[in-house]
Amino acid sequence: MDSTSLAGAIRSANSKALEILLQGDPVLIDVLPARDLIPELKEHTILHAGPPIEWDRMCGPMRGAVAGVAVFEGWAGDLDEAGVQAAKGCFEFHPNHHFSAVGPMTGLTTCSQPLLVVENRATGNRAYCTVNEGLGKVMRFGGNDESVRDRLAWIRDSLGPALGTALRCCGGIPLRPLVTRGLTMGDEMHQRNVACSSLLLRELAPALASAVADHSDLSEMLAFMGSNDQFFLNIAMAMGKSIMDPVRNIEQSTVVTAMTRNGTDFGIRISGLGDEWFTAPVEMPAGLYFPGFSAADANPDMGDSTIIETIGLGGFAMAAAPAVAGFVGAGSVAEAAGITARMREITLGEHPEWTIVSENYQGVPTGIDIRLVVETGIVPTINTGIAHREPGIGQVGAGVVKAPMACFEKALRALGERLGLS
Amino acid sequence: MSDQNDAPDTGRMCPELLQSPPRVINVGLAVFAADLDAQDVDVIHVDWRPPAGGDEGLARLLSMLAD
Amino acid sequence: MSVTVNTVRAGVFLDSVVLMQISRELTAIQGVEDAALMMATPANWDILSDAGLLEEGIMAGPGDLLVAVRAQDRAIADSTLQRAAELMERPAQRNDTPQELRPLTLRSACRQLPDANLALISVPGDFAGAEARKALRAGLNVMIFSDNVPLAEEISLKREARDLGLVVMGPDCGTAIIDGVPLAFANVVPRGDIAIVGASGTGIQEVSCLIARAGEGISHAIGVGSRDLTEAVDAISTLTVLDWLERDGATHHIVLISKPPAPSVVDRIAEFIRRSSKSYTVCLVGSDNLVLPDNAKLTTTLKDAAAAAVKNSKGFEALPAVQRAPAAGRYVRGLYSGGTLAAEAQVVFLSHRQPVLSNAPVPGAGLFTSERTNHIMIDLGDDQFTRGRPHPMIDPAVRDEPIHAALSDPDVGAVLLDVVIGFGAHADPAGHLAGLLDRHGRSDSVVIASVTGTDEDPQVRARQVSVLERAGVMVAPSNADAAELALACLNIG
Repeated sequence: MDSTSLAGAIRSANSKALEILLQGDPVLIDVLPARDLIPELKEHTILHAGPPIEWDRMCGPMRGAVAGVAVFEGWAGDLDEAGVQAAKGCFEFHPNHHFSAVGPMTGLTTCSQPLLVVENRATGNRAYCTVNEGLGKVMRFGGNDESVRDRLAWIRDSLGPALGTALRCCGGIPLRPLVTRGLTMGDEMHQRNVACSSLLLRELAPALASAVADHSDLSEMLAFMGSNDQFFLNIAMAMGKSIMDPVRNIEQSTVVTAMTRNGTDFGIRISGLGDEWFTAPVEMPAGLYFPGFSAADANPDMGDSTIIETIGLGGFAMAAAPAVAGFVGAGSVAEAAGITARMREITLGEHPEWTIVSENYQGVPTGIDIRLVVETGIVPTINTGIAHREPGIGQVGAGVVKAPMACFEKALRALGERLGLS
Repeated sequence: MSDQNDAPDTGRMCPELLQSPPRVINVGLAVFAADLDAQDVDVIHVDWRPPAGGDEGLARLLSMLAD
Repeated sequence: MSVTVNTVRAGVFLDSVVLMQISRELTAIQGVEDAALMMATPANWDILSDAGLLEEGIMAGPGDLLVAVRAQDRAIADSTLQRAAELMERPAQRNDTPQELRPLTLRSACRQLPDANLALISVPGDFAGAEARKALRAGLNVMIFSDNVPLAEEISLKREARDLGLVVMGPDCGTAIIDGVPLAFANVVPRGDIAIVGASGTGIQEVSCLIARAGEGISHAIGVGSRDLTEAVDAISTLTVLDWLERDGATHHIVLISKPPAPSVVDRIAEFIRRSSKSYTVCLVGSDNLVLPDNAKLTTTLKDAAAAAVKNSKGFEALPAVQRAPAAGRYVRGLYSGGTLAAEAQVVFLSHRQPVLSNAPVPGAGLFTSERTNHIMIDLGDDQFTRGRPHPMIDPAVRDEPIHAALSDPDVGAVLLDVVIGFGAHADPAGHLAGLLDRHGRSDSVVIASVTGTDEDPQVRARQVSVLERAGVMVAPSNADAAELALACLNIG
């Protein structure tokens, strides 16, 4: 193929990819047990965040979470036994991404956990994510003691089914307009979700009240969701997955369809390169720490939550959330605007509805193009929570982390080979 | 061959570039943009750096994949 | 015992002018022997290594900025590195846009200025072609200031431009004036109805300034790149521009400036001129064996071209009276920053039947290699001198050593210099020269210069002239006149 027709082919492939991306119409429709949604998710199978990884390379928090979830599912009697089983290879590990799912931080998904279901009404596909456990000592940060497992059980037995009933009753909650409002209220949907979490609770509360007969149960659920500023995070993640999955596998497209980390490796997938993962070691986040903690305590970058940046939110929408910019260092509104401006250099388009008030309603930068990343040297900027490197302690700070350039360079070279260039 | 070398007939009108002060995108030496700015010419200076951080192989690949 | 220290700033890029300015400032520090800031490309690595500016074992890649200092002692070296860091932090230029919102690519710049119609490209030659292609595909005309762009790339770009109804000015296009706006290295000249099309930047500058000083003005001055009129490029840009000017109501006369073109190209140009309703002056510096239609006049010097273009050629100043120079030397050494100015000087000498050598010889001149006992005209802006070094028009200091050498050479009776002012040029080239002459002290050679510029230029031509005259330089009214004056001073021709 000569250079002008290749140029044309890439341009139209990317055009198509961007069109599908921007047409995404995500609706939160249900909450159901994982085993009912993902047939492959049998006993002893654990889905995790990030690109593929085995036990021997997992970081501390992920190992802690694996042990905890094994006990929670009843595959091991206690945490030590779980650890032994894991080391012996008794569990099968797969990325969430391979099964239409995503999970924050350690992101472990197992058969009995209830999963949020988001359907992309434009394309018909669905994506899943666990329900957010709350802050502090939770499994997504590697927490695994009895309090963690009890909470997971309550989510499995009470909150999950109630949410499912409520959502089925009210016909689902369209997420696109909700996010549009959240952006005007200072959310970026990764590190900051308080507005969207509040808007969601407002929409859900009546149906939830109908679905839960017992007042004290209802009260407990409302308090649980109401006290969690990050409740919407998991919904935003499933939303991102439902939007990006239909963008996969467009021949010659250079658009990034997934970015994700497992605490050891950072992985990306490109539309024109199918299901291949391009990985490189994760980087350390840079940010602010809660009192008593410092960078020495930080775990390397982890979680499927970078699906949020992949659709143009999170770090990409930082100009809408100047409060988050405080974690970047300079803390100024200009700094936040600067980051979004940088992300415009590496994206192909703008979202038509998700706009930033302070930028005269310019849409968030969407459609990451690996060619632009490699050319400019600008890598995606990600807003992230920072976990303690020891399992079970929880979040110790929040900040910004960069996607490793090596992933994009590898992908570009692979694309060159695939197209017969050298 | 010879009529390919005649300038294209883009209409009998004077070409747009010559009809008004140029509106410039400056890629390279900052002093050129500064001089134009001082004359109140519409100019944007690109904060350019070598593509792919100076890696020649990647830069070549990028130029082949450019559209 | 000298100390050499380096700092590597990964992924930092600053343009060559900024780097050169900082290097100059560092070198001027007491106790600093040499200093340079360069991108650590393989070519620059060799330059730094040869200059003894690399620390043992230092590593850097082509995307990194290397700061190198050699000083008398460690303390000075370290404090100089510190000073370099401070200078690099300084904002590169005044501009409303805060650093973090400045576009990093042509693509995002187009979004900020959607009705842009011209890209001015002055990045290193290896990258200029790719940027030009992006600009064309974004619907912009392109002016490529950069040199060292491969010929094949130039041809490909110009063909693509032609298909799109756009023009590529360049590569190696230093000068343009579009609708009265000076671009890159250009002078402030009045508006008028004379257009200039040139394969030479300083040629355009000299002719536009002479026309201005004769009281007339310029509609547009468009550089087409030094190779446009060769057989390989086949005048693609020249023909586009001539066609545009044919339809420009503001232009009545066109001056075309070039080195002698390929015969096939000459025919094509002549054919165009024949069919044109306008009048032309064709200046092929160094060639006069050409038959042109009646609406075109042929000249071999820039001065004659300007005179032919204006309606009243009495606007040209007379040569100053010759002062008998007590020069023992029999030869003239011309040291030029403008290639066409060096060529014009050769043409003047040849017209007086004086043999002359040059590193860029016109037809009839010989190729200079290392001889000294000849008239020699050096184009210091030639590619051989500018790889990895600033162009002498940007940094006049590049010419200092050759000037000192000429002044000290007993065979040299007269030194010829061009002093080019205007946008892009040094803030005070006359002052720099005066300082150099002062430091050199007594010399047996006479120094003769011309100042290409106008009084409206930032440097103000009249002031530059008086600074030169106070320093003992004889200032001629044009570059051609300076060459005549040199011959007269040595009683030749």
